[in-house]
Amino acid sequence: MEKRKQALQGLKVADFSWLIAGPLVAKFLGDHGAEVIHIESGTKTDNLRNTLPMKDNVPGINRSAAFARYNSSKYGVSLNLGHPKGVEIAREIVAWADVVLENFSSGTMERMGLGYEELRKVNPDIIMVSLPMFGHSGPLAKHPGLGSQLADLIGFGNLTGWPDRPPVSPPGAYTDFISPYYAISALMVALDYRHRTGKGQYIEVSQYEAGVHFVAPLVMDWFVHGRESPRTGNRCPGVAPHGVYRCRGHERWCAIAAFTEEEWRNLCCAMEMPDLAYDPRFITVIARLHNQEELEALIEKWTMEHSPEEVMTLLQKAGVAAGTVCNGRDQNEDPHLNARGFYRELEHSEIGRHRYLMPPFRLSKTPGEPSMPAPCLGQHNEYVYRQILGMSDEEFVRLLNEGVFD
Amino acid sequence: MKDTGRQYRETMLGPYRVLDLTDEKGLICGKTLADLGADVIQIEPPGGSSARDLGPFYRDIPSAEESLYWFAYNANKRSITLNLETVDGQEMFKKLVAEADFVIESFPPGHLDSLGIGYPALSQINPRVILTSITTFGQTGPYRDCKTCDLVSMALSGYVFLTGDPDRPPVRIGFPQAYLHAGMAAAAGTMVAHYHRQLTGEGQRVDVSILEACAWIPTDSAIYWEMNQVLEERHGGARVRPTTGARMKRIWQCQDGYVSFDMYGARLARNFMTPLVAWMAEEGAAPDFLKEIDWNTFDYFVAPPELVEKVAEPIAQFFAGRTREELLWGGVARRCCIYPVATPGGVAMSRQLEERGFWVDVEHDWLGARIKYPGSCIRASETVSPSARRAPRVGEHNVEVYGELGLSRKELVTLKRRGVI
Repeated sequence: MEKRKQALQGLKVADFSWLIAGPLVAKFLGDHGAEVIHIESGTKTDNLRNTLPMKDNVPGINRSAAFARYNSSKYGVSLNLGHPKGVEIAREIVAWADVVLENFSSGTMERMGLGYEELRKVNPDIIMVSLPMFGHSGPLAKHPGLGSQLADLIGFGNLTGWPDRPPVSPPGAYTDFISPYYAISALMVALDYRHRTGKGQYIEVSQYEAGVHFVAPLVMDWFVHGRESPRTGNRCPGVAPHGVYRCRGHERWCAIAAFTEEEWRNLCCAMEMPDLAYDPRFITVIARLHNQEELEALIEKWTMEHSPEEVMTLLQKAGVAAGTVCNGRDQNEDPHLNARGFYRELEHSEIGRHRYLMPPFRLSKTPGEPSMPAPCLGQHNEYVYRQILGMSDEEFVRLLNEGVFD
Repeated sequence: MKDTGRQYRETMLGPYRVLDLTDEKGLICGKTLADLGADVIQIEPPGGSSARDLGPFYRDIPSAEESLYWFAYNANKRSITLNLETVDGQEMFKKLVAEADFVIESFPPGHLDSLGIGYPALSQINPRVILTSITTFGQTGPYRDCKTCDLVSMALSGYVFLTGDPDRPPVRIGFPQAYLHAGMAAAAGTMVAHYHRQLTGEGQRVDVSILEACAWIPTDSAIYWEMNQVLEERHGGARVRPTTGARMKRIWQCQDGYVSFDMYGARLARNFMTPLVAWMAEEGAAPDFLKEIDWNTFDYFVAPPELVEKVAEPIAQFFAGRTREELLWGGVARRCCIYPVATPGGVAMSRQLEERGFWVDVEHDWLGARIKYPGSCIRASETVSPSARRAPRVGEHNVEVYGELGLSRKELVTLKRRGVI
């Protein structure tokens, strides 16, 4: 047998998803070798295609780095699913595929004639994975939603910020980075099940429920004690110091935490204040928790004389957990991420050479990597419709003229 | 793949066994595989995992058997104790590996190798085995041996910088998230490796870096720098348009707390502002200027900051006079997204989760209590989720699991005396 280079080589994915959670699933699959066809409307385009940042700040449907971030390693086709022939072609892609992926509001695929029951007529052992916001049942099933607000509904928003201030919402689309892992796990397991039994199936991952797992102990705490969790800034129960400290420079910060007695003493030595460790105000963790404000002020006095990188280096050398609070530039220049090849450059026809991120799981024999830049809108229409689906020249041109690929 | 003679369950991962050596850095990985039906054996050091020290605790009793954190991330697993620092322990571990499909661990890089049970040794015993390692920074790279914690990982990832009020230090999400992201990335990676093994028979190692899992979370700060050499900043509970400087609120005070409502532009403005303003008008709360705005064309990208402020004022007043639930369900009726900024109690009382039967009551005999656990977020048409089992007590399944290995109770007593189990 020919040596397989990537784990998912040969797996065929019809990706109807948009925005972040769904496309990220398909990107990770594509990066690990799956053949992914990303199906988009050419007119009602993915909002991310209009989302900043754009290359050189010049707007353009193919210039958004926000879209590119979630769509490497995919063939891109445009298809008008409002057109009956568009739906027919979508079904042909499904007949070719092992897996169908979508993250529309509940009921949208059915309305387009692409629900699971329809699709299994076309391809009886298809595995279909949906990531609806709330799941397909319950009073919120049909309610639209966005990952940024879902984070608030799950409780991340209320937990974040300062006790004397209103909550601050976690920025971006926080929950979109939770459900994809559940979807990939479930999909792989369903493929294994199909391998053993010959049966496909329908899988639903509720993004809301996936997110609740990330705060579950606090909700259990409420069930048991009726207790609400307060906002605590950067403090952590039972640990002091544990915080973010201002460093030298404009908006430069470093995170520092000392969990054990040894780490606390090492921190004091690294700050060249070894006596502080035995100061009665700070000698025990109970004392440090009592005198946290004083402690934080003393640490900050030291950090402000250094850059965050210096603080991190000095403290890590002393065996204390510390890290720069990285801004966008630091992220790009991070020596560790760069050394590990977390960023991969690919040549995009409109954006030029730019960076794609590795999936956060590396396999020793089949490591995975972004293999193609994110597709321009409809970039692979000809390849997919003619080579994969075997459409004739005449038919391709006819459908093009009829607006089926719009 | 192993036939233990256990009753075959029509769960997706029913036939597979996982040995889970992780602490809090990776517990959710094994828990997710257990929820999919795998036989997950949590291997704890004698005395119990360090993750049992994490609160909150049942009735605030800080004991290893009463950590709600432990309960949440170990449901459906079995637990055995095993001291891997002893030769006896290592030999027993190897026997378990011979019949396991997956091993998950979160020791510092190189630790298992130093005990003689790293991947080279394990793959000799069982070439099909998949070894997944969840570590602070991954198995390679200059930070490999650095220390981390939730705050440090989230700081290095770039997410902390973007979070919080601009006049205070940046903040993390107030409940540790980094290890959960890494654990779930590990579950996905482990299953991708499993797919490959199904086709080839080949096992391998899966390397998960907590930092890399977290580096996915900040959506656009790195690309803003890469594309435009612009540094994104933190704006608290608002978005700020770089084009105009307009500040668009995301978090709004209401009668009994806060709600989340996004002042989006373009297509989303049409979707959400139109129904909201119509609702406000119904209740006589929409001033004329607001009713006259055409939301089909209104664009926050170009709207001057004064206008954005002016739009926000009556909305703020409307929200301030209503409760979270009124705003949520009033919004649902009109397809307008106004979500409560929920507290844990709000999540617990969610009608959506209630109607879907998400919470599962699980008996805890030694506490004399039933405790609600979160159910699976994965629903499949052909297979079932295993019925919920509470998280195991320390070494609860020693007799059962070591019995399967052929150890007698007498031998177990000896091993206990020697500090092996």
